[in-house]
Amino acid sequence: MKRHFDEELKELHKRILKMATLVQEAIFKSIEALKNRDKVVAQELINSDRQIDELELEIDEYCIDLIARYQPVAGDLRYITTGMKINAELERIADLAVDIAQRVLQLADKPLLKPLEDIPKLSRLAQEMVRNSIDAFVNKDVELAKRVVLSDTDADKLRNLVQDELVDDYMLRDARTADRAVPLLLIARHLERICDHTTNIAEDVIYMVEGKVVKHHPEKLYNL
Amino acid sequence: MNAIEVKELNFWYGSFQALKDINANFKEKKITAIIGPSGCGKSTLLRVFNRMNDLIEGVTTRGEVIINGQNILNKDIDLVKLRRDVGMVFQRPNPFPLSIYENIVFGLKIHGLKDNLNEVVEKSLKAVFLWDNLKDRLHQSALSLSLEQKQRLCIARVLAVRPRILLMDEPCSALDPQATLRIEELMRELKNNYTIIIVTHNMQQAARISDEVGFMLLGELVEFGKTEEIFTRPKDKRTEDYISGRYG
Repeated sequence: MKRHFDEELKELHKRILKMATLVQEAIFKSIEALKNRDKVVAQELINSDRQIDELELEIDEYCIDLIARYQPVAGDLRYITTGMKINAELERIADLAVDIAQRVLQLADKPLLKPLEDIPKLSRLAQEMVRNSIDAFVNKDVELAKRVVLSDTDADKLRNLVQDELVDDYMLRDARTADRAVPLLLIARHLERICDHTTNIAEDVIYMVEGKVVKHHPEKLYNL
Repeated sequence: MNAIEVKELNFWYGSFQALKDINANFKEKKITAIIGPSGCGKSTLLRVFNRMNDLIEGVTTRGEVIINGQNILNKDIDLVKLRRDVGMVFQRPNPFPLSIYENIVFGLKIHGLKDNLNEVVEKSLKAVFLWDNLKDRLHQSALSLSLEQKQRLCIARVLAVRPRILLMDEPCSALDPQATLRIEELMRELKNNYTIIIVTHNMQQAARISDEVGFMLLGELVEFGKTEEIFTRPKDKRTEDYISGRYG
């Protein structure tokens, strides 16, 4: 039977995709700004975050409205509640992109402490995990979602590498490097947190598709 | 513990098979809702549990329905006792054209129970939260009550004969939303002492009040399970389509 509700769900899907596109753009810009130490791009990104915040509220309201009016159950309910959670995760990812842009502003006028190696690797991984988690949501792809969850350990490892190098090789040897090392440490932390949020998205996608909760139970991933 | 165990139950109206190989356990002191589209067999299944279908000519029943350790489909079963143990509340409240008091004690007299009638009336009306309102007009006609009060009275009338199981066939379909919610609250209270099986077209009602749900389609019990599972992650696509409004 054709349902008007399906039209509403399509509209919700469109809005979440719009949110995802804006967030991907924000991460791309933050990483470009970092690579080129570009204060203009960093500032543009910081200014554009408001649009994402407003879209987050709009999507939230839309979901609450759908729940109130249609009282969805089963797959519809899982889709809407997952949409709400993904919406919040995306907004947090955009905030972290802004955090990176702010660190770029701090670093832009100072000479680089060292050529960046692991941070670009981590930023590529973060971008890939964001893209894959969104693709998993769009295509209801549980296998891809599982891959996202499993990549999170790579992100943790890269963050630790950056941290160990900056602390051991620079800050402990020469405390005066701290003003250039700390922003890099924070950037690595922000990128790793972005990866954590994509993991949450992927876990939510698995719940949406399979109805199974894998959050906090990674061993359940292998039984899907 | 199961109040009712249904094994390989099949049921025919003449040559039309209304129930097909039903297997299910209805848990004691829980509310189980049976949902499904019109004509799927849910009311027929409910009426098997107190052999109400026997009143229809040309019906055939096969399988087993175990209540209190006995297969109630056996020919030698005491139907009067069965219907006392397994009470029924119908879609439209149907009080007898007698006083409130007489409605409550009617079943006791039919079953020859020697209880203290006044005590039973008070206890039964208290159980359905009517006592405070009606205690001073017990001898007025039951037909003067509001629809909701009539339905509560009908439930009290069933409780008076001390059943173990309450069958409810769309008990709120004649009531407005507020009265419906109050009857649902009553059902939650009653399940402390009784096993309740409710047939309902109202999906939200099934989701709100039941502990377990059975979804029926074309005489089959398609899915039976915990309410939270049926309404969030049903296993069968037919269940998903029906509860999401895609069926039909």
